Amino acid sequence: MSIFLVLSFATIAGAKTLKVGLDADPVSLDPQVQLSGGMLQLSHWVFDPLVRWTKDHEIVGRLAKDWERLDPRTIRFHLRKGVKFHSGNDFTAKDVQWSYERLTRSKDFQGLFEPFEKVTIVDDYTVDVITKEPYPLLLNMATYMFAMDSEFYTGTDENGDPKDAVIKFEHTFANANESGTGPFTVEKFEQGVVLEMNRFEEYWDTESPGNVDTIILKPIKENATRVAALLSGDVDFISPVPPTDFERLKADPDVDLHTVSGGRIITFQMNQERVEAFKDARVRNAIVYAVNNAGIVEKIMKGTATVAAQQGPEGYVGYKENLTPRYDLAKAKSLMKEAGYADGFEITMMAPNNRYVNDFKIAEATAQMLKKINIDVRLKTMPKAQYWEEFDNRTADMMMIGWHADTEDSGNFSEFLTVCPGKKEGYAVYNSGNYCNPKVDELVYGAQSETNRAKRKEMLQQVEQILYDDAAFVPFHWQNHSYGAKKNVKVDPIINALNFPYFGDLVVE
Amino acid sequence: MFAFILRRALQAVLVMLVIGLIGFSIQSNIGDPIRPLVGERVTPEERAEMAEKLGLNDPFLVQYGRFIKNAAQGDLGISFIYKKPCTEVILKHAPATLELVFGAALIIVFVSLPLGIYTALKPRTILSKCIMGFSTLGVSIPVFLTGIMLIYIFAVTLGWLPSYGRGETVDLFGNGYWNSGMLTIDGIKHLILPCLSLASIMLPLYIRLIRSEMMEVLETEYIKYSWAKGLSPMRIWLVHAFKNTLLPVITVFGLQIGIMFAFTILTETVFQWQGMGFMFLEAVQRADIALLNAYLVVVATVFVMVNTLVDIFYGLINPTVRITGTK
Repeated sequence: MSIFLVLSFATIAGAKTLKVGLDADPVSLDPQVQLSGGMLQLSHWVFDPLVRWTKDHEIVGRLAKDWERLDPRTIRFHLRKGVKFHSGNDFTAKDVQWSYERLTRSKDFQGLFEPFEKVTIVDDYTVDVITKEPYPLLLNMATYMFAMDSEFYTGTDENGDPKDAVIKFEHTFANANESGTGPFTVEKFEQGVVLEMNRFEEYWDTESPGNVDTIILKPIKENATRVAALLSGDVDFISPVPPTDFERLKADPDVDLHTVSGGRIITFQMNQERVEAFKDARVRNAIVYAVNNAGIVEKIMKGTATVAAQQGPEGYVGYKENLTPRYDLAKAKSLMKEAGYADGFEITMMAPNNRYVNDFKIAEATAQMLKKINIDVRLKTMPKAQYWEEFDNRTADMMMIGWHADTEDSGNFSEFLTVCPGKKEGYAVYNSGNYCNPKVDELVYGAQSETNRAKRKEMLQQVEQILYDDAAFVPFHWQNHSYGAKKNVKVDPIINALNFPYFGDLVVE
Repeated sequence: MFAFILRRALQAVLVMLVIGLIGFSIQSNIGDPIRPLVGERVTPEERAEMAEKLGLNDPFLVQYGRFIKNAAQGDLGISFIYKKPCTEVILKHAPATLELVFGAALIIVFVSLPLGIYTALKPRTILSKCIMGFSTLGVSIPVFLTGIMLIYIFAVTLGWLPSYGRGETVDLFGNGYWNSGMLTIDGIKHLILPCLSLASIMLPLYIRLIRSEMMEVLETEYIKYSWAKGLSPMRIWLVHAFKNTLLPVITVFGLQIGIMFAFTILTETVFQWQGMGFMFLEAVQRADIALLNAYLVVVATVFVMVNTLVDIFYGLINPTVRITGTK
C-alpha cells in the first residue's frame, strides 16, 4: 500500500494529467469505421493524417513533410522519416497506401473518396495520390488520410476474423485495438465510460510544445453536469459549453471560456414541391426578410454563433463579403403583397430538438416571425432519431437542416443542399426544398474539376450570390464551438473551426 | 402449494411475452437505428442494405418470433452502439445501479428509522415539526432538481464531494463484470450525492409511514398495559412498539425498491452514473433497438421473479393469501 502511495505521488508530481468531459465519446478505436466529429477528434489524438488544418484555415504537413502537384490529377507527398507506430513498426509509404485502400472499403468514407483513383508508392518515403479527374480538393481530402499500421492490422484475430475488417455493428479487431503514429496511445477504452490515453514516448513531432502525459476522457452528456464538473474541478476541459452557462464560466475566476467560429450552417429549406407559393422567389425572399436571424443569434444563441447570409463561412473559397444578413419586416410584407400573398397562407414546419444547438428554439422563434407576414406555421419538433426519417420523406413544408462541409470547401454545401434534385446520383441528397437553378448546377459541377484557384473562387462566389438573390434557403448562423477549461490549460492555440482540439500540442502549466 | 407456484410461474411467462411484445411494438416509433451510426454521406441504398443485414426489414412477427426464440436460449442480440452482446452490456451496467440503490436504501433505513420514531414519540416538539415540514418539501421536489442542487452545493460551491461519475472502482471478481465503487474512499465519495438524491424521493415517505404506524401502535392496549406494568420507556418504545411497527414498513419497502429502480434513470442521468438507467436512456436516444428490448426483458424478468418470490413467501407466511388464491 505504501509503495503504491509513493508511486502515485511520484506520478502526480511529474506528470500532467488532463481530465476531459465531452458530450460524446468516440464509438470505436477504428478511425475508418465512422465519419463523425467524435471519431475524427480521436483520429487526431491517436493517429496522424498526411496533412491537417490549422486554426487559420491553412493546410500544414503532418506525416507528409511537403508535397508538390505533378499534374492536375496527381499530388506527390514526401513522407516524414523516422516515424514510429505505437506497435514499434516503422511508418513507410506502404502504410499510406494500405490505409487508403482500407478507407475505400469503409461505407462512411467511400463517398468522400469517390473522386480518387489510387495511391502509388514511388519509394519508401514518397507516394503519389491520383484522382480520376482533375480534383481541386485533393489536398483537403488528404486531411482525412490517417495512417494505420499495415503490419499490425494484417492477419486474423483470436476469433479467426480478419483484423482489417471494417464493420460497424460487431466486435472487430480494429474497433478495439489501435496502432497509429499519433501523440497518444490508448491505455483503456470502454465505450460510453472512459477513454484513457498516454503520451507516446517515441512520438515523431519533438517540436510540439504539448506536455500532457495522460488524458482521461469521460462522456458527460448532461449539460448541467458537465458544467458543474468543470466548476467543481473534477475535470479540466469540457466541450461544448451550453450557451446558458457562458456567463457563469466567464464570471468564475478559475476557468476560462474559449469559443471559435465553426463551419456548420443552420438553415430552413422551403419545399417548392409541396407549397406552390414557395416557387415564387419573392415569397422566399419575403421569408428571409421576415426572419431576424441576428436577433436569434443574440437572444437564443447568446452570441455564440455567427450570423449568416450564405452557405460557407469566412475563410472558405466561396465566401462573399457583400452578402449580409437582411432583416426588414416592411420589405418582407411588401414582397408578400407583390407576390399576391398579402393574406398569407398556412404551412407545416419540422425541426429536430436534439441535433443542433437550440434547434427547437430557433424553429419556434421562426414560426413566430413568419406569423408577422401572415404565414401560419404548424410546427413539430422531434428527436433526431425520428427526424431524419421525416426529412428523407420531406414530410413538412419547411424543414431544418444544418450542414458542415466535410471537405472544408464551399462547393460541398451546394452539392448536398442546393443543386437540382434527381439530376445526378448522390447529389442534392439533403435538398428538401427542391430548389433548382441550372446556373447553380453548372457552376457547382464546374468547380469540382477546376484546379485554377482564382477561377474556382469566382465560380463559387457566384453560386453564393445566386442563392442569396434567389433566397434558396433561410440562413440562420454558423454555430460556434465552445470549450471551457481551467486557467492553466492553454486552450486557444489548439482549437480550430473543425472542432478537433489537437491535444497533442496542448500545454498545461 | 405446488399448484400455486406453478400458476404464478405461468403468469410470469405470460407477462414476459407481453413485455417483449410491447418492446417490439414501440421500436418502430423510436426512429431509425442506422442513421446515428453512419455518416451523412452514406446513401439511402447503403443504409437499406445495412438494415437488411440486421434483419430490420422483416415483418414485425418474424422479428418478434426470432427474438423470442433467441431469448429463450439466453441470446438477447447484439447492441448496435456497444458492439457487444446485450446481456453482457446489461450485466456490466447492473452493478453500478445495484450499488446506487443499495446505498440509497441504507440511507433510507438509517435516517428514516430514528426520525420516524422520534417524530412519533415527540410529535409536538419543534424539531418534529421541522422534520415533517422538511419531508413534505423533499417529496415534492423532483429528483432531477435535487440532484442538480446537491451538485451545486456540495461539489461546485463547497467542493467537498465529486460532481459526477463513479470514481475509482475495483474489479471484484477480476473478470470485468462487477466493478465496485464501494471499496475505495474515492468510490464511496462519488456514491454519496447520487445515493442522497435517489433516497430523497423515498425518505419522506418512510419517515411518515414509520411515524404513523408507530403512533398507532402506541395507542394499542398492550402498550398501555406495558406502561401500567411499569416497564422502562426505552423497552416499551424500542422493543414492544417498534417491532410491531416494522412489519408493514418492511412490506412497503420491498414493493418500493422496484420504484427506486425506475428513479435511477433520472439520478443516473444527472450524475452521469454508468448504470442500467443511463444505458437505457442512451439506447432510447440512439435507437439501439436490440439493447432496448433486452433491457425491458431483463428488467421485467427481475420484477416478475421478485414479485413471484414475494407472493410465494406470503403464501408460506400468511395462508390466507394462498387460500383466496385457490378460490
